[in-house]
Amino acid sequence: MIDQIIFYTLAFIIVAMSLMVILARNAVRSALYLISALLGFAALYIRLQAELLAGVQILVYVGGIMVLFLFVIMLVSVRTMEHQARQTRQWKAAVVIALGVAAELIYLIVRGGSIFVTKQPPDALLTKSQNTQVVGEALYSTYLLPFEIASVLLLVAMIGAVVLAKKKI
Amino acid sequence: MNILVNYVVIPLVKIVVIVAILSGGIAYLTLMERKVIARLQHRLGPMRVGWHGILQPIADGLKFIIKEDIIPIKADRFVFTIAPGISLVPAFIVFSVIPFGPPDSLWGTGGYVTDVNIALLFAVAVSSVGVLGVILGGWASNSKYPLLGALRSSAQMVSYEVAMGFGIIGVLLVANSLSLVEIVEKQRSMGVWFFFVQPIAFLIYYFCGMAETNRLPFDLPEAETELVGGFHTEYSGFRFSLFFIAEYANMITVSSLAVTLFFGGWLRPFSSVAALSFLDIIPPPLWFVIKVLIFLYIFIWVRGTLPRFRFDQLMRIGWKVFLPVAMANVMVTGAILLKFL
Amino acid sequence: MIPVQHYLVLAAGLFSIGAIGVLVKRNVLTMFMCIELMLNAVNLTFVAFSRHLGRIDGQIFVFFVMTVAAAEAAVGLAIIVALYRNRETLNVDEASSMKW
Repeated sequence: MIDQIIFYTLAFIIVAMSLMVILARNAVRSALYLISALLGFAALYIRLQAELLAGVQILVYVGGIMVLFLFVIMLVSVRTMEHQARQTRQWKAAVVIALGVAAELIYLIVRGGSIFVTKQPPDALLTKSQNTQVVGEALYSTYLLPFEIASVLLLVAMIGAVVLAKKKI
Repeated sequence: MNILVNYVVIPLVKIVVIVAILSGGIAYLTLMERKVIARLQHRLGPMRVGWHGILQPIADGLKFIIKEDIIPIKADRFVFTIAPGISLVPAFIVFSVIPFGPPDSLWGTGGYVTDVNIALLFAVAVSSVGVLGVILGGWASNSKYPLLGALRSSAQMVSYEVAMGFGIIGVLLVANSLSLVEIVEKQRSMGVWFFFVQPIAFLIYYFCGMAETNRLPFDLPEAETELVGGFHTEYSGFRFSLFFIAEYANMITVSSLAVTLFFGGWLRPFSSVAALSFLDIIPPPLWFVIKVLIFLYIFIWVRGTLPRFRFDQLMRIGWKVFLPVAMANVMVTGAILLKFL
Repeated sequence: MIPVQHYLVLAAGLFSIGAIGVLVKRNVLTMFMCIELMLNAVNLTFVAFSRHLGRIDGQIFVFFVMTVAAAEAAVGLAIIVALYRNRETLNVDEASSMKW
């Protein structure tokens, strides 16, 4: 019962905040709502026993990426956008397509529901106190190569960002 | 019924007590700061309200509440209103995972609100949310000095967070746990405070903590001599006091985490030496408070002593000194642990 | 215990909201935020399945998605700054030429 209340409250908050992201008038407001939604995701991760991910979600998204967004928003004064129309002319088509995709996804999930047998999942790998340890072990053994590639990706992104943003190198 | 008591009533009582103590502590921290700075400058500090100014914080609080709350016409009202809250709340939330006493204290409920398995990550992550309040406050004021202050602070806080994280990893490697309670227990079982195991990590953590809280010598975001007041220039009255409280709460957070990670939390000095057991006459939470007070004193002492950095110096120290040193510390620690343990 | 379908429906809905945002908005910054929202919706399905199947791999994938999101934000925001510097605009419709 408590499970259900928590899940539906969080789901409602996340959906409402996500809607506000695309309905808000200016970019800073959008960023604020997105931050609320991201915190909601972190709460859901805790409910799913992915505590480490919840912490990383807050640290990386809210404390890192969104701060970067706000930083850029302040660098490029957003107020220049406010007098223009906020939506492109294709908005009707866009909404129809997106709602179609949503309907299709939800239909497939509901119809295919029998695949996902609702049972108490095996907890062997997800025991509560060792989430960090389990993730770390998998990351440094099974997924070592992707992990290294990801680090190269970050390096490339860093160099790319510096090259793009600098006027003269 | 048992669940209700264990997971709702007891934590709520603890939260109320901690918030009350913390608020009082912050109020008297301002008085302590003024008194210590005054001593450093051969002044007396506040003397009028009560005996040696002992009631000064109450008078200040009343003043903040009574003063007019001005919102600039060009400001973004909604963001302007909630920004102080965004900066204040995370500072308080961190205390939900900081242990003040051993797990068997307080009639077996533990000397902490909760002991989660990612406590340290949680503390770092939540305190990184506080910077949003500063940025949004500076932006919403719609005025140039607050904007400059907010830009500076976002750059500064994000840069120093990285070095701070790497500094903490050194402790993690030794402690082998993210739970703050277990980190303290480990210090007891090893019989040594982590400061003596990881001195470099501690120095990096503490300096970065000063930068994170915007204290001198890293107080560029509010640099009153060049930016009027930084991100809170346009704030007045109650909302200004919220930013103010957030800064002091963050000082206490940084000091508490430093004590927990590096100075044995609630443990008395030399907790493994039986000959010093007469020190147990002071209960564990009091040891914790004493240690935190020492660090708060150092905060104020540094403020009274050092001048402010220039912005380029600040960035250079953060990225070119603290970060490489912290990374080297992690590597050396890891290598030693692999070799000898 | 919430069945995994509920998480999937939630994630599908959020993904669609993000998609609408990307298609409809004109401000590059808002479009970027909607992409982050879509990535997070996908992350939610990964974590939900990780819980459902009792395997850790889903959570590892989320780590990689977050890495890519961080890299994407860094490069994307650099492009936005460059665009603003050259064009004084954040409107995607005005950034139509390959060269200036």
